[in-house]
Amino acid sequence: MNRKSMRKAAALGAGAALVFGLSACGAENEAGDGGESSSDLSGTLNGAGASSQQAAVSAWQQGFQTANSDVTVNYDPIGSGGGREQFLEGGTSFAGSDAYLDDDELTQAKERCNDSDVVSIPVYVSPIAVIYNLPGVEDLQLSPQTIGAIFEGTITTWNDPAIAEDNPDAELPDSPITPVHRSDDSGTTENFTEYLEATSEGSWTAGAVETWPIQGGEAANGTSGVVAAVESGEGTIGYADASQAGDLGKVAVKVGEEYVAPTEEAAARVLDTAEQVEGRAETDIALHIDRTTTESGVYPIVLASYQIACQTYEDSAEAELVKAWLTYVVSEDGQQAAAESAGSAPLSDDFREKVQAAIDTIS
Amino acid sequence: MTSIQSTARKRSTPTRPGDRIFRGTSVAAALTILATLAGVALFLTVEGIPGVLASPDEVKHGTTFIDYVVPLVFGTLLAAVLALAMAIPVAIGVALYISHYAPRRLAATLGYVIDLLAAVPSVVYGVWGISFLATALVPVYGWLERTLGFIPLFAGPASATGRTILTASIVLAVMVLPVITALCREIFLQTPRLHEEAALALGATRWEMAKLAIFPYARSGIISASMLGLGRALGETMAVAMVLSASGVITVNLISSTNPSTIAANIALTFNEATGLTVNALIASGLVLFLLTFLVNFAARAIVERRKDFSGAN
Amino acid sequence: MTSTMQSPTSSPTPSPEIAQSLRGRSLPTWAPKAFGAAAVALALVGVFGPVGFWLVFVAWLVAAVIPLWSMIVEGRRKATDRFVTLLVTTAFVIALFPLGSILTTVVSRGAPVLGSEFFTYSMRNIVGEGGGIYHALMGTLLITAAAAAISVPIGLFTAIYLIEYGEGKRLARWIRFLVDVMTGIPSIVAGLFAYALFVIFFGPGVRMGIGGAVALSVLMIPVVVRSCEEMLKLVPNELREASYALGVPKWRTIVKVVLPTALAGIVTGVTLAVARVIGETAPLLIIAGLTDSVNFNLFDGRMATLPVFTYFSIITPGVPPGPSIERAWGAALVLLIIVMLLNLAARLVSYFFSPKGER
Repeated sequence: MNRKSMRKAAALGAGAALVFGLSACGAENEAGDGGESSSDLSGTLNGAGASSQQAAVSAWQQGFQTANSDVTVNYDPIGSGGGREQFLEGGTSFAGSDAYLDDDELTQAKERCNDSDVVSIPVYVSPIAVIYNLPGVEDLQLSPQTIGAIFEGTITTWNDPAIAEDNPDAELPDSPITPVHRSDDSGTTENFTEYLEATSEGSWTAGAVETWPIQGGEAANGTSGVVAAVESGEGTIGYADASQAGDLGKVAVKVGEEYVAPTEEAAARVLDTAEQVEGRAETDIALHIDRTTTESGVYPIVLASYQIACQTYEDSAEAELVKAWLTYVVSEDGQQAAAESAGSAPLSDDFREKVQAAIDTIS
Repeated sequence: MTSIQSTARKRSTPTRPGDRIFRGTSVAAALTILATLAGVALFLTVEGIPGVLASPDEVKHGTTFIDYVVPLVFGTLLAAVLALAMAIPVAIGVALYISHYAPRRLAATLGYVIDLLAAVPSVVYGVWGISFLATALVPVYGWLERTLGFIPLFAGPASATGRTILTASIVLAVMVLPVITALCREIFLQTPRLHEEAALALGATRWEMAKLAIFPYARSGIISASMLGLGRALGETMAVAMVLSASGVITVNLISSTNPSTIAANIALTFNEATGLTVNALIASGLVLFLLTFLVNFAARAIVERRKDFSGAN
Repeated sequence: MTSTMQSPTSSPTPSPEIAQSLRGRSLPTWAPKAFGAAAVALALVGVFGPVGFWLVFVAWLVAAVIPLWSMIVEGRRKATDRFVTLLVTTAFVIALFPLGSILTTVVSRGAPVLGSEFFTYSMRNIVGEGGGIYHALMGTLLITAAAAAISVPIGLFTAIYLIEYGEGKRLARWIRFLVDVMTGIPSIVAGLFAYALFVIFFGPGVRMGIGGAVALSVLMIPVVVRSCEEMLKLVPNELREASYALGVPKWRTIVKVVLPTALAGIVTGVTLAVARVIGETAPLLIIAGLTDSVNFNLFDGRMATLPVFTYFSIITPGVPPGPSIERAWGAALVLLIIVMLLNLAARLVSYFFSPKGER
């Protein structure tokens, strides 16, 4: 061996030592794991789906993994479509989705779940705020017709009479409105446009869609993108998860005769007015949210996101895990954790009972 | 295969085993690439065809595939061409500065910094583009609209947030700059010293030396580097998706908030919530991007082939 | 380089007048330096000072005096040369702005987060503040190392084939062309391809670190081939011929003469290729997934990586968003540091193993 190759070998050795030296130990905070577990559950539970749930899921992971320290829960936020597809293929144990399964998917689900029904439950209800950036104007109030017209592009300046009518006390500037919408397909857009379609009385014409239907206007990627775009421009208005709105103004929306701000309580109440979609299995709780409600104190622009699982699994350990996971997710603790770390609206007690009954059928 | 006797060795020595093994490994590696590419192409075609053939009411975008993909191709090319038009001259300048103008010690550090930037994750470029660049460009766009508004490129109305295709192109230019610079620098440094010194000895100024000795020698390399840059600009996903306010229209207006989207960004934006044939259509749009790169590279190759005379290994 | 530029001051100096007439009239030596310094100072005030950005343009105009002056005193050729010098320097300064801006943003926002907890904790059971990137760091190191282990040999040998064996062959032409085309594969397509490939062997829902490595290899190989090819091409034929003339077999010529000569360039190319893929998000999300816990096994289960971690820390930050976004910047900074170390290692390799030449 000449000097050169010796040096080469030494360098390789050092590199290898570095890699293996580092990889020999686990993370500090995981060192305590696996010692004594408070429960007899163990294993890995894999899910994938909507990224809207991601923040809530990490709160649930924390709670669930702390209570069952031998369990690892993984969630890939690859999007609702991908999540449903991988669940139906049998790649994951549960899916997170902003929409419930359609009829085609239900047939596939039957097959995937060994002829049992799916368990599909809304676990994450989050208010979608209409956010705006207009210096000097606080507590903007808008009727659904006006919001529809703004996003449709028929109302273009802030001092439009329609806006002034909703805000008699505000000093509205003569500046142009820049509506900001999501450039990616999302459940947020779908819920928002569904609301507009149902309530705008024709000022919104494009229907309820996942992809923003109007060409033109400002578009931004993801909730954080919309928030950033609204923040960086002046006279901008957009829609985003209320919890991410930060310091931006949130529009109080006209419901019946009063204006309701996007709070967790107001959003949670929407579930009580929601109807269950009929003609589906008992464990498949698909909600039809009543956007046109006139009940006092209800905020109708919400995103309800589901977790979808099977009633039976081939592997009973997997079934146990899914059952325990979902039970935790809808429990008071779980919902509270999600509310704290993701700003979602906790499920009401009545509703939780109904959902728990569905979860109990998993075996 | 046995007929491929090395052109460099015309002696009558028998082929050594070492040679045969080495050549075999090389060919095997080359064939692996062929197989990988065939795999990717096959995957794209098989998955993409149903998307191309899907009728408008079966997919979410609700149009035929051609109508769907043409604006995207336009946007992709527009963004990439703008980005390269900005990046290549600057990159060559920077590479030349580092290789032949800057003091040695400084040059090493600078080269190092530039290499580093190739590694900034695209998410960071995206965040930087939204939070810093776009905001900083808003007044510039306003000015462009007022003074140059008669040119269709700057017709406006200027975007209120600055998240236009021009901003996206600038971000792309910044992203490809380190790639092109790093390769060009290495190539410039490889120019034979004798050529350079001969030029200088004949009384050439430094610039004439660069023209006579460096550029002819480095031309194929510069084109290669630019193609690598173009590849990145065409295929860049996250940064464009985050920065661009995309609408899927065809317009040459560079400063309004209504912009064409790019293929890669569109895939990233739509893929997550897509199902069924829409996914196939998206993959088909990936195939189109693939073909686009194919064509561009074909053209570039043709240019390089004609100027082979200066290569060191001819 | 600069040493060649200065006119040598030979010892028997002729009288200044003769020297002057021989060299032609030229600008005083202090002039470019003085104006350059003034321009830099003005530009710095323009960027950091309170006056405004327009000062940068003024700075450029100040620097532009030199070629104009040179035009009058020294004539067209020298003036062109000085003008190009100005352009090249300008290009460099233009490049410095965005690059500097990005670097300072990442460093200033990322640095406060770095601490022992950040490097030794994973995100398992962490909500809100605290937590770290240990899991993602390990994932990135392992997956990138695996990707490099796959693509560097394939890429390097392909480049060798193209340059040393394939000259004029149809296969070589095709490969060269296809490699170019490969540079245009969008990263997400590479991810989908890897996923489709692994589903064939492991069934649906497969998540493996090695799958991420395969996806990254698809993106990395063309960069490696392309840059290695350019570097090998630049090795003078005289060296090869000299080696053959001494009776050295071709493969030993390649290993002992060609590769070492091109080593610095190859190493740069490989580093660039690694840098190119180490920040990829989309393909890794599809095939390597996301997890909060540490996983050292490339062949089993999800692996977190720094870019995916960064992306989702920014996109879905939770409430309040502060700590998560801080972690994202920290992770981005760590990614930069990794590449910096890698670069350093590459420099050392080429320093120790390159044949000692004039450079």
